[in-house]
Amino acid sequence: MQFEKSKKHTNKMEPASAPLGGFLHNLRELPRNFWAAVFRNGMPTSERARSKAVFGNFFLHIHPARVHCRVLKPTATLGLGVITAALFVILLVTGVLLMVYYKPSLADAYDSILDIHHVVPTGRIIRNLHRWTAHGMVVAVFLHMARAFYTSAYKPPREFNWLIGLFLLVLTLALSFTGYLLPWDQLAFWAITVGANIAQSPREITDVLGITQSFDVGGFQKAILLGAHTVGQEALIRFYVLHIMVLPIIMVVIMGVHFWRIRKDGGLARPRAADPPPVPGPPAGAKTYGLMALIRDTSPLVDRDLKNTIPAWPRLFYAELAVGTIITAMSIAISLWADAPLKEIANPEVPENPAKAPWYFLGLQEIVSYSAFMGGIGIPVIVLLGLALIPFLDREKEEVGVWFSGRRGRRVACRSLLLAAAFVPATLAFTIRYGWLRNWFPEIPQIVITFANPGTLFVAVFAVWSLFVLTRTRSTRLAAIALFTTFLVSFIILTYFATVHRGPNWGFYWSQASWPELHGE
Amino acid sequence: MIPPSGSSPAKKGRFEKPVKRRNFLGFAAVGSFLASWGAGIIGALRLPIPSVYPEANPRFRIGRPDRFPVGSVTRIPGRNVWIFRDERGFYAISAVCTHLGCIVDRGEDHFKCPCHGSVFDEGGKVLSGPAPSPLPWLEIGLDPSGELIVDTQVAVPPGSRYAV
Repeated sequence: MQFEKSKKHTNKMEPASAPLGGFLHNLRELPRNFWAAVFRNGMPTSERARSKAVFGNFFLHIHPARVHCRVLKPTATLGLGVITAALFVILLVTGVLLMVYYKPSLADAYDSILDIHHVVPTGRIIRNLHRWTAHGMVVAVFLHMARAFYTSAYKPPREFNWLIGLFLLVLTLALSFTGYLLPWDQLAFWAITVGANIAQSPREITDVLGITQSFDVGGFQKAILLGAHTVGQEALIRFYVLHIMVLPIIMVVIMGVHFWRIRKDGGLARPRAADPPPVPGPPAGAKTYGLMALIRDTSPLVDRDLKNTIPAWPRLFYAELAVGTIITAMSIAISLWADAPLKEIANPEVPENPAKAPWYFLGLQEIVSYSAFMGGIGIPVIVLLGLALIPFLDREKEEVGVWFSGRRGRRVACRSLLLAAAFVPATLAFTIRYGWLRNWFPEIPQIVITFANPGTLFVAVFAVWSLFVLTRTRSTRLAAIALFTTFLVSFIILTYFATVHRGPNWGFYWSQASWPELHGE
Repeated sequence: MIPPSGSSPAKKGRFEKPVKRRNFLGFAAVGSFLASWGAGIIGALRLPIPSVYPEANPRFRIGRPDRFPVGSVTRIPGRNVWIFRDERGFYAISAVCTHLGCIVDRGEDHFKCPCHGSVFDEGGKVLSGPAPSPLPWLEIGLDPSGELIVDTQVAVPPGSRYAV
């Protein structure tokens, strides 16, 4: 090995008789010695050196030194976690670049985005990248969660990491939401106006109870978010601080915990079939390092056959680098092809018509269009609580790492898909054709609609369906699959529906081509 | 922390068993530690809640009454408010939708919200859509200078007029 040789050579004491000669020699050797000082071990050639290359490196040691060979199988995880992380890295880099020119003030915000788009060198593609990868990250996070759910990766000992993942999902959405205001165009202004008023929507309940004067949660939430009664300079600077500072820092730290817990929980969830029973003989794990053999933990090495593990260096890194590179290349291709949207400068007197949130909130906006509180706060909280409780309510000890937990799970998932795919569009079609409670009983109090609207109907029907599966199969896992699938499918359908079929005044249209001409625009 | 002292089989009230001196000091230390952190955090979190809202004065003049002929409907530029004048007097209706704060459009005899399709009648009453409450009627009065003045923070009962 070249580097080790040079190290040995320079470590020799130079004869004192030639002081200048020694200096010149050191100067000549400087590049090599510098390299050897940074990369202490050179390219690893043995198993032991490969392990050392991982745990001796600050940036690599978030990986285990050895991983189960199943990790490299594409169908095990579809690489969704790595894709999410790669998109986040692109977002960090492009975000910092955008900060160079962006000015968070009412007078300059919109113009600085125009500058970035038209004047700043590479500004257009950097902004496009930032926008499209943000959308991509939301998709990847949802898919990653679905993967973790359908392969039972939330089961003990991974419950806590599932919760951390949920927190990361909320952070991702919060980052998207705060970033959405910054261009200060019509899209941004009205989406955030709607969002901030959703934060205020607990008043729908407190008004009915008559306690808004003394206990105004809604008003408090809106005040802390906007720093004012309407979206303005205060809101812009608050969203800016959250978007570039507070949320990314929390995100990076929590992501670190998320990755670290994967290791500590024994690597990726995998079925027992992937591991033959331990071979009798000397305690496994002793071959690499001693400490892990002492601690009976979920480390991949304890009591497991080393034969199924490979050094993380280099194949895992090749795989991760490949996924990251492909994702980056795809993002750049999309950014070259399509520009991030930018409407006219924000006008607080004329809303966009229709005023739509970013697409990943449109599923919620569809149910918000019945009750602000239920659609914007009630149902999301119910869904998040439900997701958080899954690992604690489904304690069945069955194979992890198996998609849908086998044939029965696939069948339940299929039926749930059909149920949601039939029920949600049918309900939407019904409300479009016949309206909802207020169209039939104009004097009906709002509180009735708050608790009886299509959104709550979906929740109720899917909960009943899940309970039905539970009583029929006596399996909490299958009930969880039923519930998760129905919610996922209805979320997708609602998002699609609100994106494509909602037009001016939130009316139903088959496509944007059939939108009516709007006066005054 | 100091483990709770010994085993007392009798399940008496909490305060019947004296707290040991050493435990007391421990509890006091933990309590004051938590209290000081709590006070600090609450103090820091007080900052983002504004005590003065940075916005244009919610009371504003809209001009002399003769600017508005009987039967007129006027939208004040820069303010989300509609001013009406009929035979009985003046009234002002907020143009901010009570659902999620979008600005309603005025049609022939109704208001319509572009965001989620709430429809209000000409008096602001909800006809359809998700709006939880009617559009508020706002206080309108006369300034000593002889101009009409509107206060967007004070709602008046629907149907009331300000007669000049």
